[in-house]
Amino acid sequence: MISALSASLIDGLMIGLVYGIAAMGLTLIWGVMRVINLAHGAIIALGMFGIYLLFTNLGLNPYLGLLVVAVAGLLGGMLLYQLTIRRVINAPYLSTLLATFAINMIIIGLGTAAFSTSPRNVDFTLGSTNLGEITILNTRLVAALAALGITIGLYLFLFRTRPGKYVRAVANNRTAAELMGIPSSRILALSFGIGVMLAAVAGALIATFFPFTILSGDPYQLKSFVIGVLGGLGNPLGALVGGLILGVLEGIVPNFMPNTWVPVLEFMLFVLILLVRPSGLFGAKR
Amino acid sequence: MSTTSDVLGRLHARPAAARWRNPGLWLGMLALLLVGLWPVVSGQAATREVIFTMLLAIALASSLNILMGYTGYVSFGHVVFFGLGGYVSMFLLSLGQPLWVAVPAGGVASGVLAFLLGKAILRLRGTYFALATIGINEAMRTFINNFGPFGGSTGISLNFSVYGNYGGAANALWLAYYAVLALALLAILVSYIVKTSKFGLGLMAIREDEDAAEVMGVFTPNAKTWAYVISAIIPGMVGALFFFKNGNIEPADAFRLQFSIETLVMIMLGGQGTVLGPILGALGYQQLRSFLLTNAFFKDYQLVIAGVLLLLIVLFIPAGAVGWLRKRFPRLRNVLP
Amino acid sequence: MEPLLRIDNVGRRFGGLQALSGVTFEVFEGEILGLIGPNGAGKTTLFNVIDSVYEPNEGQVTFRGQPTKGKKPYHLARMGLARTHQIVRPLSELTVRDNVIVGACFGRENRSLGDAGEIADEVLHFVGLSERADQLAGSLNVAQKKRLEMARALAARPLLLLLDEVLAGLNPSEIVAMVETVRNIRAQGVTIIMIEHVMHAIMNLSDRIVVLEYGQVIATGTPQEIIANQRVIEAYLGDPKLAEQLMEAA
Repeated sequence: MISALSASLIDGLMIGLVYGIAAMGLTLIWGVMRVINLAHGAIIALGMFGIYLLFTNLGLNPYLGLLVVAVAGLLGGMLLYQLTIRRVINAPYLSTLLATFAINMIIIGLGTAAFSTSPRNVDFTLGSTNLGEITILNTRLVAALAALGITIGLYLFLFRTRPGKYVRAVANNRTAAELMGIPSSRILALSFGIGVMLAAVAGALIATFFPFTILSGDPYQLKSFVIGVLGGLGNPLGALVGGLILGVLEGIVPNFMPNTWVPVLEFMLFVLILLVRPSGLFGAKR
Repeated sequence: MSTTSDVLGRLHARPAAARWRNPGLWLGMLALLLVGLWPVVSGQAATREVIFTMLLAIALASSLNILMGYTGYVSFGHVVFFGLGGYVSMFLLSLGQPLWVAVPAGGVASGVLAFLLGKAILRLRGTYFALATIGINEAMRTFINNFGPFGGSTGISLNFSVYGNYGGAANALWLAYYAVLALALLAILVSYIVKTSKFGLGLMAIREDEDAAEVMGVFTPNAKTWAYVISAIIPGMVGALFFFKNGNIEPADAFRLQFSIETLVMIMLGGQGTVLGPILGALGYQQLRSFLLTNAFFKDYQLVIAGVLLLLIVLFIPAGAVGWLRKRFPRLRNVLP
Repeated sequence: MEPLLRIDNVGRRFGGLQALSGVTFEVFEGEILGLIGPNGAGKTTLFNVIDSVYEPNEGQVTFRGQPTKGKKPYHLARMGLARTHQIVRPLSELTVRDNVIVGACFGRENRSLGDAGEIADEVLHFVGLSERADQLAGSLNVAQKKRLEMARALAARPLLLLLDEVLAGLNPSEIVAMVETVRNIRAQGVTIIMIEHVMHAIMNLSDRIVVLEYGQVIATGTPQEIIANQRVIEAYLGDPKLAEQLMEAA
């Protein structure tokens, strides 16, 4: 029992880190421009297909493919911002929700036409590591380490580089940032690009160990909402912790009840936190 | 000076009778009634199916508009009321209760859920409210997926003999059709009554500036809760009829988030906060959808085209068709409710 | 005589900032009370405490003999409190007339829609917005929006009216008209508290004046007493423009 528990705990922690990356993308975009990106799940799915196509069709190593997906996500996100989000960023929130949802429809529609909805998987393995009685799949271990690395990278970017400081300034107060000469439109595009990149990378990492379809992004988008709210929307580090909490929950709960109850708990937690502490577990009290 | 204001006063006074003389309302309802009776005259089941879907959309969009268009609270997960109403009534039907009990029970269940949730989640504003409604829909869907009495993930299927009580399956389908036509008309009427009532004015004050409305004496928590309840009841009954006609209900069909958002799109398309907007939006959206679905070339790209269209509306005519007309021709404000 | 409004030792903090402390004064039926003080003295915060937008951290407010603690702004509106906002808050997508109808419908008299329409026309005439009745409120200019705020508050037929800088941003002739309007309102028996920076106007209108500085009452008295008060002059010396106005008023 103990070893089963600790195995599921470790598994949950590793997957939770990847969830955290996905949620970080969502929460970063919210923090900087108050936009909930309803195309988040579709972008996660694109990340999955990106790594799949690079690996299956071009034979590219999945971790090299990850880099390609990241760059494509960053550039694609910035382009998407310039084409659409920019026009609704000052509009009522309904417009931004519907605009991003429309993008979601377009991506899913094109994706379904191109790939159908049949499941795929990246046929790739790194073997496993034994820790006493516990067996860890190496793909998950690498994904977790990559997620940690990306988080550290994001923090170094936000706190140590000039564009990163600009991103934080714009998140804090766009008008004031503009007055200080920060090119806010370019920074907004960059932030959206990074958010999209994180979603795509998370999707790509997930694809290295779970099968998926073009519709698979949806549950991860919902998980990102839950995690984002747990950690406080707009707080990237909170998202990582929220991801760990969710991962552990998903790892541990099935030991005690059928795992179909896990999402029920997740969504109830989500609504509860929105009601009691909308600023998240670590945010300031209202 | 005082004489002009007297004249103005008389012109503007809204005696109760004038409220019932709005041409836009009656012409709209008459047109809908004619459309609704078309399949009855022609007797074609295929036409009936198309129009059934439109009526369903009109009833849902008009109901949601009371919360979204009048009150300014965007419920992304409104399909939860459609699904819950469907489930409650299917459960009762499967226990042998008659349709006339099951359908109102579906409406009541949805209304009660809205009432219980209302005070809590309507404290949240803007995006947070929208997210909470998504969360509630997902919590409900995943919960019912595990809920034994409602059949868990396989849901509830009606025994074919149930239709025997309504003169056989063919008749039962017509019955459901008439009932949805009645509900669509009712939804429009309710929408108009709310819009032209003191209650509705309070809702619109909340939409424009909730804090100012509170200071002016609008009992905002109660008003919002009742708007939520009203906007939930008809969807509950419509859900009941939809799944009765369908013969079975499953969590994935009953609580499809996509469906919720399509309803929002219809309202946006026609113009939120107007009585006619949701009707036009629902008709337009369904028309387009059925065109795309039946066209060999567009069939695969149905979702893409709908997405592009939505994006264009949001980016370029966010007030919707009726809103655009009203803005363009202010005189129409008095005619187009 | 029982005061219409009693403010008893009221304090309010925002985080580390003490916006109000130990504020005490009374307002009697039928009077116009001027509330003045340098920017950031806590005047608008005090209005927000009076109409329960904020709860006080200390002390209590009593309106018509009832403590306002636990009451929401809408409860107070029904009891006969109405206000205007310093930064106007029109219900932009509703017509001017509907804005005023909201005031009449949900104010003290809780009128039906039909009655409220009549009151609205009357009040719009009173504030001179009759011609704009069918325009959307968002399309008015600032001076008109201020009148709209006033009309909305009046349509509620309040017992106590809080006016937050209704003269700010108006040109001299508009100020004269607005001062006249305020006088007329008082003549109808409405008690008024007004925040104002236009010194000569407030000195003319007010029966009594309360001066706030750093969230505390530093003086209370008739306009003559206030103008002569050394403490008040010192407080205003920090703001040369106001000091000059104060001197001019004297």
